[in-house]
Amino acid sequence: MKAIIAATILGVIMMFSSILMKDKKAIITIAALLLAVLLGVNIWDVMATKKGSNFTFLFNNMILISREGLWFNMLMTGCTFLYVLLSGKDIARVGTHTAEYFALIFFILTGVYLLSSYNNLLILFIGIEILSIPQYILAGSDKKNLKSSEAALKYFLMGAFTTGILMMGVTLLYGSTGTFELTRMDFIHQSSVNGMSLAGIIFLIIAFGFKVSAAPMHTWTPDVYDGAPTPFTAFMATIVKSAAFYAFIRLFQNTFGGISNHWTIVLSIITALTLFIGNLTAVFQQSVKRMLAYSSIAQAGFMLFAILSNNAVASQGIIIYAVAYSVATIGMFAVLMKLKDYTYDGFNGLAKKEPVLAFVTTIFLLSLAGIPLTGGFMAKYFVLQAAIMQGQLFWLVIFALLMAAISAYYYFRVIIAMYFKQGNPELHEPLSSGDKFMLALTCVLVVLIGIAPQLFLASI
Amino acid sequence: MPIQYYLFLSMALFCIGIAGTLMRRNAIIIFMCIELMLNAVNLLLVAFSKMWHDASAQIVVFFIMVVAAAEVAVGLAIIVLMYRKVHSVDINILNRLKH
Repeated sequence: MKAIIAATILGVIMMFSSILMKDKKAIITIAALLLAVLLGVNIWDVMATKKGSNFTFLFNNMILISREGLWFNMLMTGCTFLYVLLSGKDIARVGTHTAEYFALIFFILTGVYLLSSYNNLLILFIGIEILSIPQYILAGSDKKNLKSSEAALKYFLMGAFTTGILMMGVTLLYGSTGTFELTRMDFIHQSSVNGMSLAGIIFLIIAFGFKVSAAPMHTWTPDVYDGAPTPFTAFMATIVKSAAFYAFIRLFQNTFGGISNHWTIVLSIITALTLFIGNLTAVFQQSVKRMLAYSSIAQAGFMLFAILSNNAVASQGIIIYAVAYSVATIGMFAVLMKLKDYTYDGFNGLAKKEPVLAFVTTIFLLSLAGIPLTGGFMAKYFVLQAAIMQGQLFWLVIFALLMAAISAYYYFRVIIAMYFKQGNPELHEPLSSGDKFMLALTCVLVVLIGIAPQLFLASI
Repeated sequence: MPIQYYLFLSMALFCIGIAGTLMRRNAIIIFMCIELMLNAVNLLLVAFSKMWHDASAQIVVFFIMVVAAAEVAVGLAIIVLMYRKVHSVDINILNRLKH
C-alpha cells in the first residue's frame, strides 16, 4: 500500500524535476535514485507482512494486500530499475522531454501496483487505465517520426476499444451478482452462473486478451511494438504485459476459479491460436524488432497456461515467467538499442566486433527460447508443469512444446548471424564499461533464475 | 419498466459502437463510436443500480466518465499530432506501418 502512494508522489517529483534541471544526465540519475527509493519502499512493504499471513483489506475492501502481490510488485520494480539502468541513455535520446518520460514510467508502476492488489472491479478498471494511458503517450513520444505517431494512434484506438469491452464485462458481472467486490462474488456454486455472468466473463477474456496480446486479439501488437520508440517497446513488452497477466490470473484464479469448466475451453483455444500465430509469423520476419514483437505474442501463449491450469503451481509459474521473460527481453532490447540496423543483417559479424555484446545477446536469446540453465527454461517448466497437474491440458502441452521447437529457429537465426556471418555492424556509440557491466549483470540474473528459481519465490 | 428494455437498448447501442469502430475509417468517428460503447455501459450500470437498489454502480459511472475524459485528452492530442503530419484523419494510412 505504501508503494502505491510512493509511486504516485515520486512520479510527480520526477515531473517537476525538469523545471530545475535541464541536463539529461542529471535527470537519468534522479530517475534511477527515485526508482531505488521506490524499490526500497516495496521491500519495506514485503518485510512488513509476515510470511504466510492472510490478506489485509484496505480502503473499504477496495484493495486486498497479499504477500504474493507485494512480492510481484517488488520484482517488477526491480525489473524497471534494471531497465532504467540499462537503457536510461536511450530513453533520453528519444526526445526532449526526458523527465516526463520517466514520470510516466512511475505512473505506469502505480497502475502495476493497483493491478496486483485490486479487490474491486472498479479498481481493476482504473488500474488498467493508469497502465494504458501513459503508454499511449510513450508510444507517440518520438514526435518527428511518423511511424511513432501511427503506433500511438493505433495503440490508442485499440486500447480505448478494449476499455469499452472491459467495462461491458464488468457491468454484466455486476448485473448478475449485484456487487463489484471480488470477495463477495460467489461463483463457487454452479447455480450462481447464468447467461449474463458468462457473457461478462467472455467480455473480460476478450478485453484481457487485447491487453496481453493473445490471438486473435493480437493484431495491434506487431505494428505498435515496431513503431514505438525501442526503449518504450522494451517497457511495454515486459513490465506492462506481466502486470496485465497478473491481473488476469488474479481474477480468473481467485474469483472465477470455481467455474473454470465454463471458460477453460475458450481460453485453451485462445492459447493454441496464440502459440501458433505468434511462433509461425515470427519465423517470416526480417526485422529483429518485429520478430521480438511476435515472440512476445508467443511468450504470452505460454503465460496463458498459468491462467488455464488454475492451481498453486500456476501462480508461482506466472511470477517466475514474468521475471524471466522481462529480464531477458529488457536485455535483448537494450542490445537492439545499441545497434543502428534492426534487421537480421545488422547483427552480421557482431561477435568479431563486440564479443561481449554478442555473448550476452546469445544468453538472452537462449533464455527466450527456453534452453536449460537459463531463466526461460525454468519459467516454461513451471507453467507447463502446472498445466500437466491440471490434468486435461495434455494435448495443449504437447502442442506448446512443438511450438517452442519452432521458436528456437528464429532465435538461433540471430545467433548464427552474429557468429557465423561476415559483416560490419554499426553501433550508435561504442560500449562504455558501465554498459558492459549492466549487460553482464542482466546476464547473471538470467542464469540465476535458471539455476535457483526458488530465490525468486522465497518469500511467498 | 422491466430491466430487459434497458438491457436491449444498451446492447443495441454497444453493438452500434462496435460495428462503427470496426467499419468506419475516420479516426474521429471511431473515437465517437468508442464513446458510444462507454455510454451504453453507463446506461446499463445505472439501470442495474436501480435494479439492485445499490448506489455503487452510479459511482462507477462517474469514474467511467472521468477516465474517458482523461482518455479523450490524450487521444485527441494524438489525432492532432497525426493530422499535422499527413493532413488526414483516415486510418487507412495506418496500413503503411506494416512494412
